Amino acid sequence: MLITELKAKETILSLITGKVFVLNCHGCKEIRFPEQEAELLQKELANVTGTVTTDYICNPENLALRLQKHAAAMEEADTILVFSCGVGVQTVADLFPEKKVCAGCDTIRLPGFQGVTPLEYDCHQCGQCYLNLTGGICPLTACSKGLLNGQCGGAKNGMCEVDPTMECGWERIQKKLEQLGRLDALKAPIQLRDYSVD
Amino acid sequence: MRITELFDNGEFVVTAEVGPPKGINASHVVAEAKEYLSTITAVNVTDNQSSVMRMGSLPTCVQLKNAGLTPILQLTCRDRNRIALQSELLGAASLGIDNILCLTGDHTTMGDHAGAKPVFDLDSVSLLHTVCQLEKGVDLGGNPLVGEAPKFAKGAVVSPCSDSVDAQLAKMERKCLAGAEYFQTQAVFDSEKFIRFMEKAKQFGKPVQLGVIIPKSAGMCKFMNNNVAGVHVPQEMIDALAADKERAKAGITGVEIAAKIIKECRPYCQGVHIMALGWEAKVPELLKQAGL
Repeated sequence: MLITELKAKETILSLITGKVFVLNCHGCKEIRFPEQEAELLQKELANVTGTVTTDYICNPENLALRLQKHAAAMEEADTILVFSCGVGVQTVADLFPEKKVCAGCDTIRLPGFQGVTPLEYDCHQCGQCYLNLTGGICPLTACSKGLLNGQCGGAKNGMCEVDPTMECGWERIQKKLEQLGRLDALKAPIQLRDYSVD
Repeated sequence: MRITELFDNGEFVVTAEVGPPKGINASHVVAEAKEYLSTITAVNVTDNQSSVMRMGSLPTCVQLKNAGLTPILQLTCRDRNRIALQSELLGAASLGIDNILCLTGDHTTMGDHAGAKPVFDLDSVSLLHTVCQLEKGVDLGGNPLVGEAPKFAKGAVVSPCSDSVDAQLAKMERKCLAGAEYFQTQAVFDSEKFIRFMEKAKQFGKPVQLGVIIPKSAGMCKFMNNNVAGVHVPQEMIDALAADKERAKAGITGVEIAAKIIKECRPYCQGVHIMALGWEAKVPELLKQAGL
């Protein structure tokens, strides 16, 4: 069962800069996606260049094909607002590295779907999606220690000392935010995990 | 005595580091600290350093304090959740330990219990924030403390010679926002790199202690270059250590190298933190050569 929950309206509105392209994923079969709430919320958005509802956005090849005819609308947008699980958001963030990609949902549960999702993106189902603060790279799964407030001292030549085959997640986040001109995201309030919503 | 008072007075603060024993008798650690480290400001006590299980930092701190030294309690987030960390902080304050250094901690897989659960419920930034909450008389859950609130000199670490220096500066800024009052650095062997780092770090307005390791041999330096994050020993230092093995073994070359780094960096920092790694006996000579 995959369960996502809409983030607060104020949070979502505060994420959007400039024009926005909306992407909904209704992919997995046993999904509990807040369709009606998302639809109501999306009606209130201003400066929408396009909206696409599709399935399995966690498959980058399919997604790229599906979005081909929306290329102009996507190009026009400054923000891509994604309503999907954390895997979907990370796939989109990687596919459009020059865009600000934001998560409209928190992911609560994902088990049973790991097999159909691309391995390089991993969602921890923390229920407090951090992807909006980290340029679409999950600090829980991209960092060996799951750190929420920045890099530890354990990166050597850009690689994690725990797993030298893995690039330091926070170095990736730093580079991505720099590329997007969003380094101010690192000045967000101190992040503290709430395990009661896990 | 909180070491922040000394920074506030403009003093150049010298600290060193000791590791608790893997056993129940800390008398050797205390005796060595008394003999070689009694002239410096304070002594850090590591918290299961490198994820290797040892006696706790707090009981060792208390034994050092009883021997007349000023200990700094190192506290990592690797082994304890937010309840245990806050409990440890209250315990430290009740025992008169008022200097702390907040770290995230090495990962469990780096140590001698590789299968242990890595906790990291908090990280260095949220731990500093937690300490500030306790100082306001409130715990992290928002519950009031009973009676007097603790007060600590709150330290943190930064790695100036890391190849991810921008990420390190961003983290340093977050630590300052979270309440860090002073910084100790990872070991520096490249003075120019440190000075360049300090040019950027001085914007935060917090005292920084230069981290120093006395290099023991060419082999040790090569090991650090290959395995220790944020540490890079230049080839000329490795060559100097390799040139005369007896001199290196006696600590003469290493002390000269460390003293030179301290002298070069001293105008740019507010103190020195020495990680002697078993060579505590060389610290007095290092201080002498560095003019401290």
